[in-house]
Amino acid sequence: MLNFLARRIAQLIPTLFFVSLLIFSLQHLLPGDPALVMAGEEHDPAVIAQIRKQYRLDRPIPVQYVYWIKGVLSGDFGESLRIKVPVRDLIAQKLPVTLQLAAMAIVIAFLIGIPAGIISAVKKGTAWDYGANLFALWGISTPNFWLGIMLIFFFSIKLGWLPASGFVPLTENWRASLASTIMPAFVLGNAIAAILMRHTRSAMLQVLESDYVRTARAKGLSERSVILKHAMRNALTPVITLGALELGTLLSGAVLTEQIFTIPGFGKLIVDAVFNRDYAVVQGVVLVTATIYITLNLIADIAYILVNPRLRG
Amino acid sequence: MSDAALPAIAAAGAEEVLESPARRALRRLIKRKGAVIGLAVLSLFIALAVFAPLISPYDAIATSWSLVRKPPSALHWFGTDELGRDILARVIYGARASLLAGLISVTLAMSIGVPLGLLAGYRGGLVDALISRMTDAMLACPFLILAIALAAFLGPSLGNAMIAIGVSATPVFIRLTRAQVMGVKVEDYVEAARSIGNPPWRIALVHILPNILPALLVQATLSIAAAIIAEAALSFLGLGQQPPAPSWGSMLNAAQRFLTNAPWMAIWPGLAIFLVVLSLNLVGDGLRDALDPRER
Repeated sequence: MLNFLARRIAQLIPTLFFVSLLIFSLQHLLPGDPALVMAGEEHDPAVIAQIRKQYRLDRPIPVQYVYWIKGVLSGDFGESLRIKVPVRDLIAQKLPVTLQLAAMAIVIAFLIGIPAGIISAVKKGTAWDYGANLFALWGISTPNFWLGIMLIFFFSIKLGWLPASGFVPLTENWRASLASTIMPAFVLGNAIAAILMRHTRSAMLQVLESDYVRTARAKGLSERSVILKHAMRNALTPVITLGALELGTLLSGAVLTEQIFTIPGFGKLIVDAVFNRDYAVVQGVVLVTATIYITLNLIADIAYILVNPRLRG
Repeated sequence: MSDAALPAIAAAGAEEVLESPARRALRRLIKRKGAVIGLAVLSLFIALAVFAPLISPYDAIATSWSLVRKPPSALHWFGTDELGRDILARVIYGARASLLAGLISVTLAMSIGVPLGLLAGYRGGLVDALISRMTDAMLACPFLILAIALAAFLGPSLGNAMIAIGVSATPVFIRLTRAQVMGVKVEDYVEAARSIGNPPWRIALVHILPNILPALLVQATLSIAAAIIAEAALSFLGLGQQPPAPSWGSMLNAAQRFLTNAPWMAIWPGLAIFLVVLSLNLVGDGLRDALDPRER
């Protein structure tokens, strides 16, 4: 186990190095001089020279990278060009909002996806199965920004049940917080529920045909006990680790969902930064997102090994 | 069993053997209802995109102040938008941007990803390690966030959105091709091709590539669906197709501002994206089953 962990973490180092290289090079993809773009309306050569010096744009690119990565490793992602606030503070302020949304979305995805997958597998070939499969197809094919707009139309405009936009932190007022996040969380969780449903269904179908389930049935156990105690426990192990991985996908989905529901989270931060050409913020957000994704991958791998004794060696 | 029946069985078996893999896959594909429906809907949208000037009832960018936000009627089946433009015409022309973006970005992703995956899988060693770590790095950045960042740095336009989506979709093809090559390169027929002195490029292109095509084809279909959603997302954010050219994503962006007074503006472009993506997913699922050797 320790060997596996050491090997797995050693693999992360080159990956993280390439991630940092990729994110750093994003700024240099832009045609023209970054200093000019940063200067905006200002055309004074002295100001432009000052920006170039301040951001070390007058140094060779590899040297710029070394300065940048040194800063990142010490927790300094630079400063937002637009609002002159450290990127680290912006991330610390916005990330919890997105994490709350993501956590709710994952709960919704599990609550819908896993029971639907189990019912679909147990009642294979029936109307339940077709219904669950249709739901999965719908979930995978619906663009989440369209779903968000349609939900706002029905639940906020037509029925007036839920607020169309805004965010209330859970610590401030839990009822208002739930009301403000339930629609965006459903929009985010819906596609993942569909993916989880498909994985649960195929894992359950495989497990239901295995010898130990046949043995459990032969012993005369009730169908309910066979499914809930014997089949489900084994089928859900890979599905749960997969669910952890989907948290990374959620960060991607949050970009549009937060835009539609005007939630001041991570996704909105990156979109605003993109439109203001706030490079340091874009780089910081992408780097943090990638690091979260890589860490979740690692946790999912470890969890998989922990719950599957055959893989421990 | 009578003796007379035996030749018939033998003939049926021979027919099965003689049938080409592509023909067999097509025969299996058309047996799947979902895939056939998907193909039909997809063909309809392709026809709309190709023959848009002939089919469209109105000019997609012609504005009319007397027709601002009119609900669906006999004259304007899908209603009109905030500038009095016919929504049906814009949905029809919007199919061009969406389908083109899906096709071109996935072609771009495949033309970079498949050769790199072949190289990594076939050569192994340091080349593989380097390509694989780069792929891991790209996969670590969520698809849409990477596409948004790239599109923003390249500048907002449909062409740049296609490049951004294509580059972001590339690592999936590198990883898939590499994994498929690793499985195929140890097969006897590849070994035989190597033993008679074929150069590595010939083995990779003539002997390995055709055998991994089915998996790539399924992935391409599903990736086109993802690319269409990504293009709509980028256009929704203002990073794709620029106004006044129609795009389903930018139509949804405009619709959001008029949701209270003109909900029809949001229904049709969203439904179009949903139908195209659904049909591609149905075709992709059908192809996966039809090309699966275990299903024989």
